Amino acid sequence: MYRSHVLVCGGTGCTSSGSQQIMETLKVEIEKAGLQDEVSVVQTGCHGLCALGPIMIVYPDASFYSMVKVEDIPEIVQEHLLKGRVVTRLLYDETVTPSGVKALIDTDFYKKQHRIALRNCGIINPEVIDEYIGTGGYEALGKVLTEMTPDDVIQCLLDSGLRGRGGAGFPTGLKWKFAKQNDADQKYVCCNADEGDPGAFMDRSVLEGDPHAVLEAMAIAGYAIGATQGYIYVRAEYPIAVERLKIAIDQAREYGLLGKDIFGTGFDFDIDIRLGAGAFVCGEETALMTSIESNRGEPRPRPPFPAVKGLFGKPTILNNVETYANIPQIILNGAEWFASMGTEKSKGTKVFALGGKINNTGLVEIPMGTTLREVIEEIGGGIPDGKKFKAAQTGGPSGGCIPAEHFDIPIDYDNLLSIGSMMGSGGLIVMDETDCMVDIAKFFLEFTVEESCGKCTPCRIGTRRMLEILTKITKGQATMEDLDKLEELCYYIKDNSLCGLGQTAPNPVLSTLRFFRDEYEAHIKEKRCPAGVCKALLSYHIDPDKCKGCTLCARNCPNNAIIGSVKNPHIIDADKCIKCGACMEKCKFGAIYKQ
Amino acid sequence: MKSLEELRAIRERVQNQVSMRAEDHAHTRVVVGMATCGIASGARPVLTALSNLVQEKKLTNRVAVTQTGCIGLCQYEPIVEVMEPGKPKITYIKMNPEKAAEVVERHLIGGHIVEEYTLNSADIK
Repeated sequence: MYRSHVLVCGGTGCTSSGSQQIMETLKVEIEKAGLQDEVSVVQTGCHGLCALGPIMIVYPDASFYSMVKVEDIPEIVQEHLLKGRVVTRLLYDETVTPSGVKALIDTDFYKKQHRIALRNCGIINPEVIDEYIGTGGYEALGKVLTEMTPDDVIQCLLDSGLRGRGGAGFPTGLKWKFAKQNDADQKYVCCNADEGDPGAFMDRSVLEGDPHAVLEAMAIAGYAIGATQGYIYVRAEYPIAVERLKIAIDQAREYGLLGKDIFGTGFDFDIDIRLGAGAFVCGEETALMTSIESNRGEPRPRPPFPAVKGLFGKPTILNNVETYANIPQIILNGAEWFASMGTEKSKGTKVFALGGKINNTGLVEIPMGTTLREVIEEIGGGIPDGKKFKAAQTGGPSGGCIPAEHFDIPIDYDNLLSIGSMMGSGGLIVMDETDCMVDIAKFFLEFTVEESCGKCTPCRIGTRRMLEILTKITKGQATMEDLDKLEELCYYIKDNSLCGLGQTAPNPVLSTLRFFRDEYEAHIKEKRCPAGVCKALLSYHIDPDKCKGCTLCARNCPNNAIIGSVKNPHIIDADKCIKCGACMEKCKFGAIYKQ
Repeated sequence: MKSLEELRAIRERVQNQVSMRAEDHAHTRVVVGMATCGIASGARPVLTALSNLVQEKKLTNRVAVTQTGCIGLCQYEPIVEVMEPGKPKITYIKMNPEKAAEVVERHLIGGHIVEEYTLNSADIK
């Protein structure tokens, strides 16, 4: 038995900042101190505070070390693990207060969070099935198989109010009910782990930190709808997640928690992994199933819905990773427990990936109905460098922007839809006053143009035409007629596209047009980018009163566009200037400005 | 594994270790002085004994065993402090694994302070 557990984050974020080396050094140092029988080193999934990685937590004290370096390890082992003196200077500074060390659950980042889908992420070793079982894992599957009928399971989900966490928010219980009603010799349970929205990584974190929760939920789904085979469609760009899923499936099979006659109840269920090759459209359910069938990943019209005719033409349910991660907890704690959290029509919690102009970049799980202000100012720690909040983008390329005037909106499915955005898979990108909304819309359109599969014309050609108009706007070459045409195209593409990708692709444009039309008009009428982002509309200048003639800018200009002699004010040759901003960054006197 | 009983047996075995990784204001903290003075007078076996017993007796969901540095009473080491939320701190002195077992049994489980081992009972001049 170990008296202390040292948890080191092995999620993608912390792995890329060097947590593997930290783990190795830790083991070596612990052995040197002769503590190997007293202290165990545990690799876990993501804790959410990715901005502060690599992260290490020492239990039972719950000391939270952030941005740990290999050089710090000997000191932590000698001082903390051996002598019990917490190395305060290496702790997450939020936890260090004048009156002593504050508990992690009291910090702003964690205080308002409520972790259900992420409950084991960062707590257990995802590669050891026993640890999952130790937190009550597979208990829900046991309960379902021995005490509940398939209808009970579906009723429980319906009562809980759980809605799909992949974006559209369709009630999960209803989906299962439809699939159960359709008789067939074979049915399938699929898991959509083709997380593609730029900036969203909650599904990856669940798969990396708690893969068994997904397997258990899929087996429960199999029992509920009468399926014996499951497929997890996961992106090949998630190597750690794929590896841990493989380990988890092997361990579950070994324990008989997947396979034939589970718990001696006669129920058979097995799961296989299918790797996606990185096409965004394969996150769309019909395209995903087409891809599993080894065909080119293209969507097809619905109906028939997958619950009627899905994978290999059989009734199929397809849920997102985060949706599955909630299910074992709902079965164990009851529908009322889950329904007690959240808002009237959106129950439970939602995981968001905070990114962009925000201090605490990372993963947070909050009850539905938490306001955007709480998420950004309290949990996210506000916007860096004292800049002003401009908008938050949710729902990735399918979503829209929430402007400052809706800062106090409680986040749930219906509220976001009502202001022209959507929940999406939960990417939340924060933008400040230095972000240009036209440029943001253009960024997402570039993404959809790239990812449009090309099967239907509105999406294939329409999005490209939209991007052309947006490019014209950012270059200051557009007219007001172009803006009208852009808006018209948006509605046309929304109405006529085959699948969700095209139907939602105009959203970033529509929502920025709705809230920031003045910015579009400034680009068109005044040939000016108010945020100072669009290069074609900018020019750099040197204020002759402030310039000391130090020549630093001229020496750093990559295109020799700055002329002037020592101790005399310099000038920028507008013809040569490539608007890289290097001069402005280097100037020590604040003499360079853009307009 | 063919039965729920087997699953529960695994859970039983692992639960006490995993539940150490929680943070709760209701936890009783048992702190062992592990500075040079503490280690020299035998604090380490006391610490391991306490930690093992707390896990064996399935107390990890409400008791956390940790170490601390020198408390300043080096002649009374090994020192163990028990801090229950909302109660005054109890300091046990000159501990050994056997006494530690008694503290777990009588104080942490039974709820009665083992007066004869406390600092209060010692004759401090």
